[in-house]
Amino acid sequence: MSVLRAEGMCKRFGGVSALDGVSLSLAAGTVHSVIGPNGAGKTTFLNLLCGIYAPSAGRVFAGERELTGAPAHAFARAGIGRTFQTPQIFLNMGALENVMAGRHLHERCGLAAALLCPPWRARAERDCREQAAQLMREVDLGQWLHAEAGALPYGALKRLEIARALAAQPEALLLDEPAAGLNARETHEIDELIRRIAARGIAVVLVEHNMRLVMGVSDRVLVLDYGRALAEGSAEEVRRDPRVIEAYLGAEALAA
Amino acid sequence: MLGRLASARTGGMLALAAALALLPLVFANNYHYEVAILVGLNAIIAVGLNLLIGYAGQISLGHAGFFGVGAYGSAILSARYGWPPLAALAASTALTAALAYAVGRPILRLKGHYLAMATLGLGVIVSIVIATEDRLTGGPDGMGVPPLAAFGAALSGERAWYALVAALLVLSVWLALNLIESPHGRALRALHGSEVAAEAIGIDSARHKVLAFVLSAVFASVAGSLTAHYSGFITPSRVTFLHSIELVTMVVFGGMASTFGAVVGAALLTGLPQLLTVLKEYEMVVFGAVLMATMIFFPKGLVPSLAAAARRFAR
Amino acid sequence: MSAALLQYLLAGLTLGAIYALVALGFSIIYNASHVINFAQGEFVMIGGMATVSFLGAGLPLAVAAALAVVVATLVGLALAKFAVEPARGASVVTLIIITIGASILLRGLATLVWDKKIHALPAFTGEDPIAIAGATIVPQSLWVIAAASAVFAILWWFFNRTLAGKAMLATSHNRLAAQLSGIGVRRVLLASFGMSAALGALAGILIAPITFTSWDAGVMLGLKGFAAAMLGGIGSGPGAVLGGLALGLAESLAAGYVSSAYKDVIAFAILLAVLVFMPGGLLGARAAERV
Repeated sequence: MSVLRAEGMCKRFGGVSALDGVSLSLAAGTVHSVIGPNGAGKTTFLNLLCGIYAPSAGRVFAGERELTGAPAHAFARAGIGRTFQTPQIFLNMGALENVMAGRHLHERCGLAAALLCPPWRARAERDCREQAAQLMREVDLGQWLHAEAGALPYGALKRLEIARALAAQPEALLLDEPAAGLNARETHEIDELIRRIAARGIAVVLVEHNMRLVMGVSDRVLVLDYGRALAEGSAEEVRRDPRVIEAYLGAEALAA
Repeated sequence: MLGRLASARTGGMLALAAALALLPLVFANNYHYEVAILVGLNAIIAVGLNLLIGYAGQISLGHAGFFGVGAYGSAILSARYGWPPLAALAASTALTAALAYAVGRPILRLKGHYLAMATLGLGVIVSIVIATEDRLTGGPDGMGVPPLAAFGAALSGERAWYALVAALLVLSVWLALNLIESPHGRALRALHGSEVAAEAIGIDSARHKVLAFVLSAVFASVAGSLTAHYSGFITPSRVTFLHSIELVTMVVFGGMASTFGAVVGAALLTGLPQLLTVLKEYEMVVFGAVLMATMIFFPKGLVPSLAAAARRFAR
Repeated sequence: MSAALLQYLLAGLTLGAIYALVALGFSIIYNASHVINFAQGEFVMIGGMATVSFLGAGLPLAVAAALAVVVATLVGLALAKFAVEPARGASVVTLIIITIGASILLRGLATLVWDKKIHALPAFTGEDPIAIAGATIVPQSLWVIAAASAVFAILWWFFNRTLAGKAMLATSHNRLAAQLSGIGVRRVLLASFGMSAALGALAGILIAPITFTSWDAGVMLGLKGFAAAMLGGIGSGPGAVLGGLALGLAESLAAGYVSSAYKDVIAFAILLAVLVFMPGGLLGARAAERV
């Protein structure tokens, strides 16, 4: 039973077909990368997988449940988490509060309890704070616990977004170019983080341009080109596929 | 860190309660009580509206409409149908909540200026209906409202009203602060920060926007009902676009996303026209100029700018 | 077509033309600055009231009207320079309050410069109603429709055929790119306020003989112009015209067939319905948020 399954996903914007007939089946604890040139439809695909877009055709399943056409928060409720190409951090909050917000789905608090603040609320807040702090330490953001979100440097913001997504305890995590704009050391840290996440049993979909990262961490790779699936297989298979080499990887990647 | 937060909030509440308790000592006559009561009622509305504008990041240019539903609901039920004032208040509040929920769901899908326009239109519709249905509402001339009475005793006299309004203001602030620091409050601030990211962590942004909208409408409605009973009279002039703008300005003056700021903003904006009446025919000119100048030079709100300046001065 | 229906349509067309002029003012300013100018209605008021003053000073109507438009344009430029420009980059709500403060200020000034009484302007070419297929229309209505149509044509030509107009449109689409292309965006802001003020003043002068004018005549007109602009899709010129006409016709038909007291309610209710079902307005584009 796959954690996340997409069948024949199509997305049209007006007359333009951004995605045409792309399928994916995601098993727990595996890392599935989606690569392709700019404009190939990678982010569109991710948006379809987490419900930000509704598909023009095709279906999406989380486990047994069909989620096609459901609103984005329903996808989140079904266990699908997401980070964004440009970090969508809640800049109007502290860094820790961002991660606490990620706990939303697991906090039991009715409106009356929220307004009247019975004694158990204080303990619940404390627990939420602790869990969030723990997550921040796990992604190596321990020094930023008391900072405003806006104070974090770019690399830290990307990790903060991952921590926030993890706070929701997702079964599948969609990462949109987590290494973009990071230097070699930070990229290595992201690599380690992705491995730790997958080791926990979370299925990861990774959209990335950094080929070394992709080839090193992926169990399976899907190559998109002009909105269509060009090839799919293990990292090695994809690397050697002549169609992929011709369309995308090029001579430099062969040498890497 | 939790301790620090709790003490900041408790400190603020204590300061507010102390200020409200000690304020009457400087009142020289009933007029001062009157202004204070008006400030308090406006502050209650501002605290609620701040949840919508400051925290959830939405906008409403029609909240005077909810004030009007509360005021006229209480007035009509108690004056024309002889309902006990508390029952009338409860019924009006329920009606406002239902109205806010019904219109909130569709129009809160709008953003920015479109949302502003929709709420503006809503407020105008309410005010026209109130002014036109004169058999029920007394039309442009308004209608009388019986005093607020419960269990046989009527609330009368400035001191009694001041005590009631002050207590309700403290209650409103407490409720608002509780909400803000709860998961609901975080959800509101999250959808203000980035709606798409909020949805991605499971926050139903539509539901939470409607929640903030309905809550702010309820605060406005209760304040409206109380205003009607306090004044003994209500006219459609309180249910205008201008009043809606005053309410928004109170929140902005106080610095959005600050509950105590909203209270200060209400005090400033209610007190200012009272000061300006001495200028007679120059009142509008000065009021308009003050509004413009404050927003141009203190775009983040008067209270946060002054607070920041005070902090710099203290260093 | 019944005479009554024709009557309402003609009245609606007249009203709609005025709303369209005011709505265009909103859209032009919005395009240049993303500001909703809540003082737009006051330009309408200044147009009417200033003309009354100049006329009272003995000037011929055409000169008085022209001077009034100049006065309004100057007020618009002042508003842009001293209120909106310094607040560049402030939040939507802050800018709304600034222009609302401006509208209060202008109304206060109106009561000082003029008074709180209602004033009338003489109709341009007489008051005798003209009969058209059983319906009557005052000559002033024809002036309104003709003048407004001429203005729409001139503006269409300006924004689509002249470099200056295209530069203003470019600024609305992408301010930074426009700046980098050498377009003086600050001048565009000033020009947009000046143009909108002139449009508003013209509307005020055209309608004053029919509906009279006073210090607060601009409030409802401004609100309805805003509604019309939203109805058509804010920022769209054709949308402003379409929205204005639609609102005017809706209001007139509602006043005639449903209830004169509730005509405004119906107009705003239609607006709300359109916004709910077509969030971008009739002609507005649905902007996609890219993440």
